[in-house]
Amino acid sequence: MAAESPLTSTVMTGADIDRALTRIAHEVVEAHRGVDDLILLGIPRRGVPLARRLGERLSRIDPQFDAEACVGSLDITMYRDDLGSRAARVPEPTRVPDRGVDDAVVVLVDDVLYSGRTVRAGLDALSDLGRPRAVRLAVLVDRGHRELPVRADHVGKNLPTSRGERVTVRLADVDVTDVEDEAVVIDRGGPSQAGGGEA
Amino acid sequence: MRHLLSTAELGAADALRILDTAEEMSAVSGRQVKKLPTLRGRTVVNLFYEDSTRTRISFEAAAKRLSADVMNFAAKGSSVSKGESLKDTVQTLEAIGADAVVMRHWASGAAARLAASGWTDCAVVNAGDGTHEHPTQALLDALTVRRSVAERDGRDPRGTDLTGVDVLIVGDILHSRVARSNVWLLHTLGATVGLVAPPTLLPHTVETWPVRVHYDLDEALAAGPDAVMMLRVQAERMGGSYFPSAAEYARRWGLTDERLADYVRRVGSPAILHPGPMNRGVEISSAAADSPHTRALDQVSHGVAVRMAVLHLLLSGDHDRRTDRAPHPAPDRASTDGSPR
Repeated sequence: MAAESPLTSTVMTGADIDRALTRIAHEVVEAHRGVDDLILLGIPRRGVPLARRLGERLSRIDPQFDAEACVGSLDITMYRDDLGSRAARVPEPTRVPDRGVDDAVVVLVDDVLYSGRTVRAGLDALSDLGRPRAVRLAVLVDRGHRELPVRADHVGKNLPTSRGERVTVRLADVDVTDVEDEAVVIDRGGPSQAGGGEA
Repeated sequence: MRHLLSTAELGAADALRILDTAEEMSAVSGRQVKKLPTLRGRTVVNLFYEDSTRTRISFEAAAKRLSADVMNFAAKGSSVSKGESLKDTVQTLEAIGADAVVMRHWASGAAARLAASGWTDCAVVNAGDGTHEHPTQALLDALTVRRSVAERDGRDPRGTDLTGVDVLIVGDILHSRVARSNVWLLHTLGATVGLVAPPTLLPHTVETWPVRVHYDLDEALAAGPDAVMMLRVQAERMGGSYFPSAAEYARRWGLTDERLADYVRRVGSPAILHPGPMNRGVEISSAAADSPHTRALDQVSHGVAVRMAVLHLLLSGDHDRRTDRAPHPAPDRASTDGSPR
């Protein structure tokens, strides 16, 4: 785990992340009145393990939900609006559940909601795959500063920030090897350069 | 990456970036909407000084799937036949608004000349130059080999190179830019490369290449390579003194029914590649061409995916085109520079 400096502070621990995901899973089932036609698509990279963990919780809440068959990933690299202003990226895999997205209720899952541009790209990518009945958005952290009219349906934690701060999500499988080291960290040292999972 | 000129100059990391991107691009052809918005508003020019319908259509499909505008320029019947120089042609195309030039040229080194000339800010993609290189063909062959090996071993091809994979290239190595590009790329990716050809169709510099050379196809196949790449014997070589006759070539260096059966018995599920168009009955028998081990049609669809990946990586990066070109004399065209494209 990175050492805490006066400029950084942990705003969610691994246990907080777990509890937030559990609550979001219950919210999803409640809002959807069950799990029929529900699919989860994580936005790479950190949205993918978050979607998988949400899926595991959903199948515990309602055993009818088949997490294996109903959780996938949706890459948005080719739909970004800032191509040409940053290094060209290698797209991550898009894996759509076999049933397809037509007439499904799709929950997009991402780690940090920021400008809303990633979600805009995600909606475009999704509409090229088919026509979902509805699309919802679940994020672990909403840090504000939207540049587009986008709103999350399910939020793990609302985190008031300034644009100069940087929010970093560390997840097992992506950033750290040990679940104990998972965290959401706010860094007041400077704005994010590389994205850092911020959307 | 600014241009794609040769596989000899392509590092392993860039090659893997292209292959991994191509993996995702190939998924697009299976979708309801076979189009990505990535290169909307960019223009790709196919500048072909030599006829090549397959390569041109493949690049055209790739650019269109990425929403780029495509202009096709065939030298035949154009201003080039009136004596226009490459420099003037390319500057004209750039003035029309080209962002990338995909060039096929009969002269070896033509694409590299254009990229180093300072005549244009366009990204240059070599689509075959003389007997020098054809990098996108080698990349699509590498994608095909990587996929078939991964399929056989039941793993995900993404992120893996070709370490431990044995590839045999058979046929006219001497005149083949495809063979050259494949040798460099396969070597960079860690594969072992063998060449089989009549001695008359091997370049005399072959000893300096990172390959082992066979003159006998049966002996080379007996070693059980993972993939075999059959090169096309060009019609104009058949009358030459390179080998006695087409029938003789087929007997000694062609993939006949018996050879294929023998080879399949030995290795189980090999991958047979052919860049097309095939001369059935010469370098490959009709039954071999239609066998389930032959990946020729996969190669065609992988070609579109690889070219999409190359265009994406060349055109959506954050190049400051002027600083990128620092080694070359600044062209006297400052008025068209300014905002990055």
